[in-house]
Amino acid sequence: MSLPPTAAEALVAVEDLHTFYGKSHVLHGVSLSVGRGEVVGLLGRNGVGKSTTLKTIMGLLGPSRGKVLFEGQAITGLPAHKVARMGIAYVPEDRRIFKLLTVMENLRTGLDRHGVTEARKQELLDKLFAFFPRLAERRSQAGGTLSGGEQQMLAIARAMMLEPKIILLDEPTEGLMPRMVSQIKEIVEVLHRDGVAILLVEQNVPLTLEASQRVYFMEKGQVRHHALASELKLDDPVIHQYLGV
Amino acid sequence: MFTMGDAIGSVWGWLATHGDIIIIQTVNGIVTGMILALIASGLTLIFGIMDVVNFAHGELFMLGAYVGVVVLTASGSFWLALVVSTLVVALIGAALQITTLRPLIGRDPLNTILATFGISLVLQNYALWQFGPVPRKLDEPITGQFVLFYLAYPWYRLLIALLSGAIIGGLYLFLKHGTYGIWIRATTQDRVMAQAMGIPVPWVYTGVFAIGAGMAAASGVLFGPLIGINHAMGLDWVLKAFIVVVVGGMGNLGGSIAASIFVSLLEAYASIVVSPAQAAIVSFVVLILTLLFRPTGLFVPTPK
Amino acid sequence: MSKRSNKSFWIAFWLVSAALIIAPLVLPEFWRRFLTEILIWGLLAMSSDLLIGYTGMVSFGHSAFFGLGMYGAAAALLTVKPANLWLAILYGLCGSAVVAGFVAFFATRLRDIYFAITTLIFSQIFYVIIFTWTEVTGGENGLNFTRPQLGIPGIYTVAFTPELLHWFVLAVVTASYLILRRITHSPFGMVLQSIRENEARTRAIGYPVERYKIVAVMLSGLFAGLAGVLYAVQNRFAAPDFVYFVVSGEAVIYNVMGGIGTLVGPIVGAGFFLGLRELSARIFGDQFPYLIPVGVIFIAMVIFLPQGLLGFARRWLNR
Repeated sequence: MSLPPTAAEALVAVEDLHTFYGKSHVLHGVSLSVGRGEVVGLLGRNGVGKSTTLKTIMGLLGPSRGKVLFEGQAITGLPAHKVARMGIAYVPEDRRIFKLLTVMENLRTGLDRHGVTEARKQELLDKLFAFFPRLAERRSQAGGTLSGGEQQMLAIARAMMLEPKIILLDEPTEGLMPRMVSQIKEIVEVLHRDGVAILLVEQNVPLTLEASQRVYFMEKGQVRHHALASELKLDDPVIHQYLGV
Repeated sequence: MFTMGDAIGSVWGWLATHGDIIIIQTVNGIVTGMILALIASGLTLIFGIMDVVNFAHGELFMLGAYVGVVVLTASGSFWLALVVSTLVVALIGAALQITTLRPLIGRDPLNTILATFGISLVLQNYALWQFGPVPRKLDEPITGQFVLFYLAYPWYRLLIALLSGAIIGGLYLFLKHGTYGIWIRATTQDRVMAQAMGIPVPWVYTGVFAIGAGMAAASGVLFGPLIGINHAMGLDWVLKAFIVVVVGGMGNLGGSIAASIFVSLLEAYASIVVSPAQAAIVSFVVLILTLLFRPTGLFVPTPK
Repeated sequence: MSKRSNKSFWIAFWLVSAALIIAPLVLPEFWRRFLTEILIWGLLAMSSDLLIGYTGMVSFGHSAFFGLGMYGAAAALLTVKPANLWLAILYGLCGSAVVAGFVAFFATRLRDIYFAITTLIFSQIFYVIIFTWTEVTGGENGLNFTRPQLGIPGIYTVAFTPELLHWFVLAVVTASYLILRRITHSPFGMVLQSIRENEARTRAIGYPVERYKIVAVMLSGLFAGLAGVLYAVQNRFAAPDFVYFVVSGEAVIYNVMGGIGTLVGPIVGAGFFLGLRELSARIFGDQFPYLIPVGVIFIAMVIFLPQGLLGFARRWLNR
């Protein structure tokens, strides 16, 4: 698809979002959409409102104006726990795993849901541990004892336990070593293959362009540009315009 | 000349002749300590997880005792009274939290202090209106005494201590294992992320308040047979419970249990020499000393 | 703008004062006494507002300050003959100052909730001491004494008539209000409000926050003690019930109902609460537990009207 899906077709769409953080007007009318199974990148400098957009979609922040739509239905203003149960998962910028809970308990915050049989839970866990063997090893350890990269894995794994239709990923590669960065890319690819949509906020342009199908560029609380990832080269002036120093 | 030997000799002499009272008071102190621990645990739970200072906790204790009286009179079964009272007051607690405390989430903590104070006022006066000023009696389920060393000690008091311990132990296990325990612990650590994981945080808070209320009610029924049940009984106990929670370290479950027993033992010993009303000063003194020297709590490792 | 609202404040002030001065001449004895009580409880609530509304510290310890003021006055009136009004005030203020100093020392290091609980516990400590130290305080039964005369013994005294007593109380309460108003408007008062807004920042700027808090507690305690003295003079007895923390709780209720941070709001709150009580006793009879509906109204106000009755006028009153 060369054009972003309309609000009616999209999995997640936001229209003209205005959000305040305290007294500061952070989002000045953001509109974007993510189709089923799509990986969409959201690029921009620090402070332009990328994280705020994700938080608003998740219901952690209430917009003063505008709509958030999920599968065509308005979910604006719903509390975060209801949004999570509908199928949107959130992996925040600072990971925020539950440090005093074990790895297993962290996973269970997503796994222990209504209507999931024990068999299914075990299936999900087995699949997950096969993919994240390091987490399997550390399953009884407290989350706070894991390394930075492992915590990032855990944060993503925890979100995956919700069996979401879309994951909101906020700067997953920040502060990680190159080896871990490529692991993150692999995870995004696997999720995409499994049909999970991803809205990826990142500062790492090459990774975003490789992993996404479409990319939005934000500046000063608004979406300013949209392009297909395949049509963008790393030396494109657009990239320098919205991400350059 | 008065030597060290004389001093030790006279203390030992006093102890030897007062041995009975000391043993009895030690056991009494532990029993009272366990009840206090049960009340304080509920208070600590609510504070530690919800950051709410529940001024109405003593009234929930009192309400539990009254419901116990009503059920016991109607059914004749103490154990039924205990169970029904715990459940009924837990539900009342949940209702109170939903109506008066939920609207206050996110506001200045001053508001919840005032709201729970208001609730305590309403509950106390309701009890006075419904049941009158004359104290009621709650009969103990087991009478009779057993032999403690060479003394006789009531079975029921031992039972209270054991049951309180069991309930607290049960609470600890509940928090450590099981889905709801995980939800509660996750909410305590990071409320926002817990919500993002689909945990219904508002209901976690309601549940925690209900558990705290239920524990207070259970204490009321268990302790009922030992004291007269009247509308003002909550005040003294909630005061002691607050002292114990501060001395034990706010939000520290183990600390408040240790502090409960510590303070109750001291008071029990003190009442050998002074009147019970004056023995209450002991807990106040402990509080003052704690605030002076170890304000984060006596049973908490020194903060770095 | 400020000058205009300043003028309108003073106009309102004189109007209300005039009404209160005329009141005992036109009201029947019962209501006259009722009004005087409102003023006394209002003074207590006002003293508590200095802490709650201006410094951001909720205290449940005011019953101790009030009670010690009362017992201090009792001490003067029972031990020194002829009964000297000014000595009673002096003793009362000393008594409450000591208690306030005690509370200030221990409790001001603690933040919000811990401070509130600790002040409550301290008022209970004093309650137990007073209740059990029967030889000195009369224990459960309290102390009875005669009302002193207005004036200076030996030079000129006149017995208190109901009107004279009311005017005396009115004068003391009004003077207290004006003094407290001056204090809250002063640089000192500004720092207190800054502590309420953001304690960490106030400390970071360099203010010795603890010292300010201690002074605030002492001032608050003094005025609460003064209210206790007035109560003693009006009613001629002192009882441990007044040291019980419920009295502190009622002061806090008056504050919330009237509007914290307004000084005058708490007096209105006291009037509102006591009025509600009187009203429900008249409509439903003495046995009716008026505190149940009043308590519910209180809770509803905390949730829906945290500003209190006069809260909307807070800015105006603080000009």
